[in-house]
Amino acid sequence: MNFDLTDEQKAIRQTVREFAVERVMPRAEEMDREEAFPYDLVKEMAELGLMGLPFPEQYGGAGADTVSYALAVMELARADASTAITMAAHCSLGASPFYLFGTEEQKQKYLVPLAQGKMLWGFGLTEPNAGSDAGNTQTKAVLKDGSWIVNGTKAFITNSGTDISGGTTITAVTGQRSDGKPEITNLIIDQDTPGFARSKKYKKMGWRASDTRELSFADAKVPEGNVLGKRGDGLKNFLTILDGGRISVAALSVGLARGAYDEALKYAKERTAFGRPISKFQAIQFKLADMLMEIEHAELMVLKAAWEKDEKRDFSQSASLAKLYSGEVSRRVVNEAVQIHGGYGFMDEYPVSRMYRDQKINEIGEGTNEVQRLVIARMMGL
Amino acid sequence: MKIVVTVKLVPDTNAAKRIDPATKRLVRTGLETVLNPFDEYAIEAALQLKEKLGGDTTVTVFTMAPETGKETIRKALAMGADDAVMLSDAGLEGSDVWATSYAMAQALKKTGFDLLIAGGLADDGNTGGVPGALAEYLGVPALTNVRKIEEAGDGKIRAQRETDSGYQVVSGPLPSLITVTMAVGEPRYASLKGIMGAKKKTIVTLMLADLGLDRAVGTDGAKTEVLEISAPKPREKARVVEAADGASGAQAIFDFLREKKLI
Repeated sequence: MNFDLTDEQKAIRQTVREFAVERVMPRAEEMDREEAFPYDLVKEMAELGLMGLPFPEQYGGAGADTVSYALAVMELARADASTAITMAAHCSLGASPFYLFGTEEQKQKYLVPLAQGKMLWGFGLTEPNAGSDAGNTQTKAVLKDGSWIVNGTKAFITNSGTDISGGTTITAVTGQRSDGKPEITNLIIDQDTPGFARSKKYKKMGWRASDTRELSFADAKVPEGNVLGKRGDGLKNFLTILDGGRISVAALSVGLARGAYDEALKYAKERTAFGRPISKFQAIQFKLADMLMEIEHAELMVLKAAWEKDEKRDFSQSASLAKLYSGEVSRRVVNEAVQIHGGYGFMDEYPVSRMYRDQKINEIGEGTNEVQRLVIARMMGL
Repeated sequence: MKIVVTVKLVPDTNAAKRIDPATKRLVRTGLETVLNPFDEYAIEAALQLKEKLGGDTTVTVFTMAPETGKETIRKALAMGADDAVMLSDAGLEGSDVWATSYAMAQALKKTGFDLLIAGGLADDGNTGGVPGALAEYLGVPALTNVRKIEEAGDGKIRAQRETDSGYQVVSGPLPSLITVTMAVGEPRYASLKGIMGAKKKTIVTLMLADLGLDRAVGTDGAKTEVLEISAPKPREKARVVEAADGASGAQAIFDFLREKKLI
């Protein structure tokens, strides 16, 4: 057993850390307040290679492994969760479906510009009435005169409506299977598709600088060839994507928690009460020790799941465990970080206030804590 | 054009450092090695020039360091340098400026170059002596404190040299050696693709036996000796001006500054 990162993994972590501290962190507060999508940062991340980090070089990526990818998401989230989710959703949800299920032609047309970070892409699974119950897709697509006619609504779709978003891949019911269940297929929806519209950005509690929208389809006309993967494999394929996505969100939780811990540790050393820094009080020391313990634990779980994915092993359970645990750790850590800050933690000018709001979605997005427990229990054979 | 950048590997700039009182040398065990920050500017200048010139321009990174420095050298390769040469030999340990620049010059003669770029100063030793000595041993002109390379090629270089009051535009032949200042531009981040590709790039290792030296290097070849070493004096306690109102506070600060002849 070996816990050492490879030279590349270390270098990637170090480089992303420097980038996050120098370029992202100073902007986080303003981006959150203004709900401003950081186009310039996305461009810089693209130049750095972050937007295509886990994809092979032949498709415009950096060819890094999942461990490096998880480390990069952690370091970004440590500085700003909005920027981290923009990058993580782009790689794990936007680009991955093309990489895993696309034809060579689709890879050239979509994956290459996505991996180069020239274009963003949405992942349209969730609907107003189909969240955890993803199989309950109401969006329908009917084949007519060589085109899919799509009707329905998608909810909470990240990166779907920026100026550089190229489109969204969705799940839609395209018929009925022989067992009577709906046949669900993945369709590639280009941004300029007639009948396809994006709402304004949602007003959100956290991740406020990320782009999240509702999508609507009113007789949207999609070329017949825009099927991604096999017809009828849509739900199965998207659930495979979510397995990898869990590593992303888990890494994001760990990064966010570490960012909150950094702030709490710094503040505890600076703030004096009763004549000495509050870091000298055991009540504060115990909180910080618990925070670090849980963060380290969660990080190991995330890296194990990422490592299993790199080793081409079954990583579903590890990814679910890591996602669930790190989501809950991030909640406890941001909560204590605010507590250590006292009244100042409730003030907007302290980063922990933003982190507290940014955290909650980590226990909801890409599979709620409850769904993770179900998935884990199912893997026990229960 | 073949550009060679000399870099030094120095102990982590931010780490706490300790001097061994017996050897009067820095204790390097346990310290992470990084590229000398000034040399990152030299790499940046080289990469900018390569981008400008295109064609068959190459950037080689050259260092004299123990084999363990390979990982650090890869950072320069990840930034975009094409390959690297390491002069690495236990016999070099203890070399001072005199011995270091002699050994490096002999190795650089083997490597060959049209333009040699150096950072000018190392973050650890701070002697700033090596670039000038290299130019002497190599028999090439040295343009120091360059803030901008205007042109390079066809056996000529034109560059702006920083001075106290502005800058000079100077020209010289190639091959030449230049040292750069921080005005050449912030060193770029190593791209993640560059990091992944750095392992595939060549690092050639040269040893003393490859050079055929006719002079001693290492401790035996050093002409200088560190006699004494001491930590800088701790900064004096700040004087806090307490005043009844703003005007008398300002007066107190004014008087203090005038007394120190600062205004």
